Amino acid sequence: MTVHDVRSRQSDSKRGDSKRGDSKRGDASDGAIFAEAVGGRLSRVDGPAKITGAAKYAVEQQLDGLSHAVLVESTIAAGKVRSIDTAAAQASPGVLLVLTPDNGLRLNTATDWLGTPPPDIPYCPLARDVTFSGQHVAAVVAESFEQAVAAAALVKVAYDETPAIVDLDDPKAGDGIPIDTMTKEWGDAQAAFAAAPVRVCAAYNTPREYQTPMEPHGLIAHWQGDQLTVWEPSQWLDGMARTYAEWFGVPFENVRLVSPYIGGGFGSKAFAYGYGAVAAMAAKMLGRPVKLAVTRPQTFTAYGGRAATRQTVALGADAEGRIQSIVHRGVNETSVDGMWVEPLGSVTSIMYATPNFSSRQNVVRVNTVVPGALRAPGENPSAFGIESAIDELAYEVGIDPLEIRLRNYAEQDPEANKPWSTRQLREAFAAGAEAFGWSKRAPEPRSMRDGNQLIGWGVAAGTYPVRRAYGEAMVRILADGSVEVESSSIDMGQGTYTILAQTAAEVVGVPAENVVVKLGDSRYARAGVTGGSRLAGVMTGAVHKAATAALDQLVGLAISDPNSPFHALQANTLVVANGRIASPRGDGPEVSIAELLGSVGRSQIEAMGDTMPANSTADDRYKNYTTIATALSHTEGDYSRHSWCAHFIEVRVDEDFGTVRVSRVVSALDSGRLYNPKLAESQWKGGIIMGIGQALLEEGIVDRRHGRIVNNNLADYLIATNADIPDIEVISVGIPDPHSSALGGKGVGELGIVGVAPAIANAVFHATGKRVRDLPITLEKLI
Amino acid sequence: MRDFSYLRANSIDAARQAAALPGAMLLAGGTTLIDLAKCGVTEPEIVVDITHLKGLDGITVDDRGAMIGALARMSSVADHAEIKSRFPAVSDALWQAASAQLRNMATIGGNLMQRTRCPYFRDPANFPACNKRTPGSGCSAIGGVTRGHAVLGTSEACIATYPGDLATALVAFDAIVHLGDRQVAVDDFFLLPGATPEREHAIEPGEMITAISIPASAAAGRSTYLKVRDRQSYEFAAASAAVGIEFEADGRTIRDLRVALGGVATKPWRARAVEEALKGKLLEPDTVRRASLLAIEGAVDHGANHYKIELAPRVVARAILKMGETA
Ligand SMILES: Cc1cc2nc3c(=O)[nH]c(=O)nc-3n(C[C@H](O)[C@H](O)[C@H](O)COP(=O)(O)OP(=O)(O)OC[C@H]3O[C@@H](n4cnc5c(N)ncnc54)[C@H](O)[C@@H]3O)c2cc1C
Ligand code: SF4
Repeated sequence: MTVHDVRSRQSDSKRGDSKRGDSKRGDASDGAIFAEAVGGRLSRVDGPAKITGAAKYAVEQQLDGLSHAVLVESTIAAGKVRSIDTAAAQASPGVLLVLTPDNGLRLNTATDWLGTPPPDIPYCPLARDVTFSGQHVAAVVAESFEQAVAAAALVKVAYDETPAIVDLDDPKAGDGIPIDTMTKEWGDAQAAFAAAPVRVCAAYNTPREYQTPMEPHGLIAHWQGDQLTVWEPSQWLDGMARTYAEWFGVPFENVRLVSPYIGGGFGSKAFAYGYGAVAAMAAKMLGRPVKLAVTRPQTFTAYGGRAATRQTVALGADAEGRIQSIVHRGVNETSVDGMWVEPLGSVTSIMYATPNFSSRQNVVRVNTVVPGALRAPGENPSAFGIESAIDELAYEVGIDPLEIRLRNYAEQDPEANKPWSTRQLREAFAAGAEAFGWSKRAPEPRSMRDGNQLIGWGVAAGTYPVRRAYGEAMVRILADGSVEVESSSIDMGQGTYTILAQTAAEVVGVPAENVVVKLGDSRYARAGVTGGSRLAGVMTGAVHKAATAALDQLVGLAISDPNSPFHALQANTLVVANGRIASPRGDGPEVSIAELLGSVGRSQIEAMGDTMPANSTADDRYKNYTTIATALSHTEGDYSRHSWCAHFIEVRVDEDFGTVRVSRVVSALDSGRLYNPKLAESQWKGGIIMGIGQALLEEGIVDRRHGRIVNNNLADYLIATNADIPDIEVISVGIPDPHSSALGGKGVGELGIVGVAPAIANAVFHATGKRVRDLPITLEKLI
Repeated sequence: MRDFSYLRANSIDAARQAAALPGAMLLAGGTTLIDLAKCGVTEPEIVVDITHLKGLDGITVDDRGAMIGALARMSSVADHAEIKSRFPAVSDALWQAASAQLRNMATIGGNLMQRTRCPYFRDPANFPACNKRTPGSGCSAIGGVTRGHAVLGTSEACIATYPGDLATALVAFDAIVHLGDRQVAVDDFFLLPGATPEREHAIEPGEMITAISIPASAAAGRSTYLKVRDRQSYEFAAASAAVGIEFEADGRTIRDLRVALGGVATKPWRARAVEEALKGKLLEPDTVRRASLLAIEGAVDHGANHYKIELAPRVVARAILKMGETA
């Protein structure tokens, strides 16, 4: 398929400009000389295809005989489906099938993402027992989309409704279930807090938030015999292929997932969801390809956004603001029949040094869709709690909010008791403060203004663990001298196409524009989930390994093949640069890769590389790519590995209207070595922009009588627009971290958002003297 | 969405005749109509496309006022040099409405006719009770999520906010809606919900907006539209004010004042009490702030929209004071 052939053509970044502006910004990544080598500022190679519309997204595939499925959703939040009257829908023009829980195929329950073996019970993607409003209860398949929509409106569902637990504040919700694995304790936190001369204690809340990717979800499912092809935007092809295979009881190899382009996922596209099962089931029953496009309103309930959270953070400190104790309690909501734990103590336990610590977490079941991952799950709300609390402590003690963070700097991981692999957070504070001009800050709240605008400056730190796993890649050197990289990993805008081209180009010694990267097809070399900022580290390592093996083969052929022009040279090694092979000393011939392959009569060289331990079995490998069971802990071995950042933010609050506008952002970030600073900067900025939306705008609003989200569209669920975003300056302070990944990078994608919301809340306090502990900070909270 | 027949009108009369047929609805830019059809709120049986009608998209401005054809695009009106200079509030209101894409599609006639953003109104599958949609069915909003609902002009039957920006500016400057030969003052064109919230406009079946005229006035020439909202762009008003002012020769005493509120009432809301209180007075911050409180006389909140009662007078005061600054 041509859609996969993303060539790394240069656009604005030509050779030699990789250092542009970097040194001034303290970019400590080891500056590569060429834009197309690892570390260079190569522009996104998939950019032109997306801008011109040439990139075909999953549901845009044209298939003969395509039919269209539309979901029918529950209109109650709790109860039972008493009956479904499908007669009118069946009789509606063009209708091929009306699916209900009673007439579908019997599916198996699939293994979950952790690799937990499934119970031997059937899986029904259409609900008989309704546990949230918006749940799929039926589906209509018709010749055209319009016919399916019209018929879906004719399906009459009768319910026996029962009282719903609508949210965390519902009196019926209770205290929830303690999650023991989230408990972290050392010292005697309660006693130390009680004895501390300075104490702050407050509750911090975050609402339901949604991923709102530009491309809504959906798929096309097509069966040929017992072979299933699914075109679906996916952050995890092999994981989702496994799920489909297990649902339908066919071998993993029989399912092909295709997902060359993804219009944003932010955590929401890693799993196969119920609507996928519905579409694949309908396709099998009809013997025709079925398209199911999830509507924007359905993206609020077809899968989960970030769970609403509640935290209490108590900090006890001495008179100089040195923390003596942290007592943290967290609660997140989950669904009635599914479990989602949003780890709320994840930043709390590592950001600051403290001799006494206690964190516990409960999970409360409410009638909602099971929540899911949204950019930096856990770390994001966790940072809102601790980074707001330490700001409150700074005012209580009467010292600068930046100074209190330095005073409590954790020199090593206080939880794991291990040294950091690298922690450039002090450098981030310094570089950010300098660029922002923090030293000019007037300490008192409400002390800076411009007409009606109260001005506030806030700081907060963020962190994200380095998630690691093993990777696999196929690298081919083709007869024309170009290089091909294949992986079933994906590019949802974060730059996989580009950095893998850079990696292969650097290793093999060809210009990046001669590298074709093929992603997003589960037939390619396998890959684990693209999530937790782990893909770049995993895949550059795997491509590096496979490309090195391919290069070794190439050089081996050149040295030993009797028909090679280098045969007579009896060299030990050869160098390949810019697509040409020569001896290191420059004596003897110089030929292009294509010429060499021609003279030795080879059409291509192929090397599959993986970074799995040598003794891994086929089953280990399967597990590694289809579950996260084999992922490596960030504290495994001698080090604790994390990315770090510090955000400095200026807000302007209209004192009459309560409206908050972010007017300046300077963030300094430590993601280790950057494989491509340009793309890393874009990702950081993307995270910061999402953080601004989270701080000021985003909130799923529940009608508490009906347990239903009422702002399930992009006119009413507000995300930041361009007008809400000022210029954002990002500064890289990372250094290569050999303990985190093969090439020295840490995580990039999740990091940027962590700490933005508390930095804004802290700035709002500085501006107004009002502490808002409930996100989002909307105008009525300040008026 | 269900099947409908599509008619392309080739004359105003043909459009009117078609619009009188049962189940017929006019289609202009489609940004409200198609949206509501997708939500299942409108189910037209006949869609009468008026976008090809000639001569309805003109904008003419002279000393007597402005005449804007019903099919003029929001963006064309917003960007019209004479509208900008003689009716700045009208241009401001349009610029701050919706998004660039919508403004390029949407027409002035359609804009006046846009429906409320009440989330219950927009979701018939989940909230069958809505007096505006189905008279007598009840109101799902009362007792529910009301952050965006009106505090002025509400009734027991309906508390839905009229969301448009343009009409707020029009009502401040006594604009007139032309329904062919019949003319209705814009303030009378929009109806209070009372016991019949389904009836929003003084327009009869078979009638069509052909133009809007705005009489010239000194106050319109010195006017502004101030829109306050959580998001900087692409959001309906939390509260807005259209204000126009004319001073006596001393440049400080208010001779004429026009004030209308948006985002807080069930229809574009003229605040005559504020106008009267300030006419003949010197423009001074305290006087203006005090008088602006009259804007929300009789306001009733439904919980989450209480902030609008605080906010609206402040928006009015700021807009009036801003007009004074440019004296
Ligand atoms: C996401 C979103 C955000 C928006 N934000 C704002 C905002 O911030 N401020 C704001 O003011 N507006 C906003 N709008 C509303 C927008 O301005 C209106 O949708 C638009 O002006 C309608 O014009 P149209 O030509 O597209 O109307 P259509 O959708 O074609 O028609 C709307 C209605 O008017 C009727 N109609 C059309 N023309 C005539 C006529 N000549 N005579 C009689 N009846 C007629 C139609 O039958 C239909 O019922 C927003 C809309 C959307 C979708
Ligand atoms: S406020 Fe009006 S539009 Fe909204 S539900 Fe009630 S009756 Fe319907």
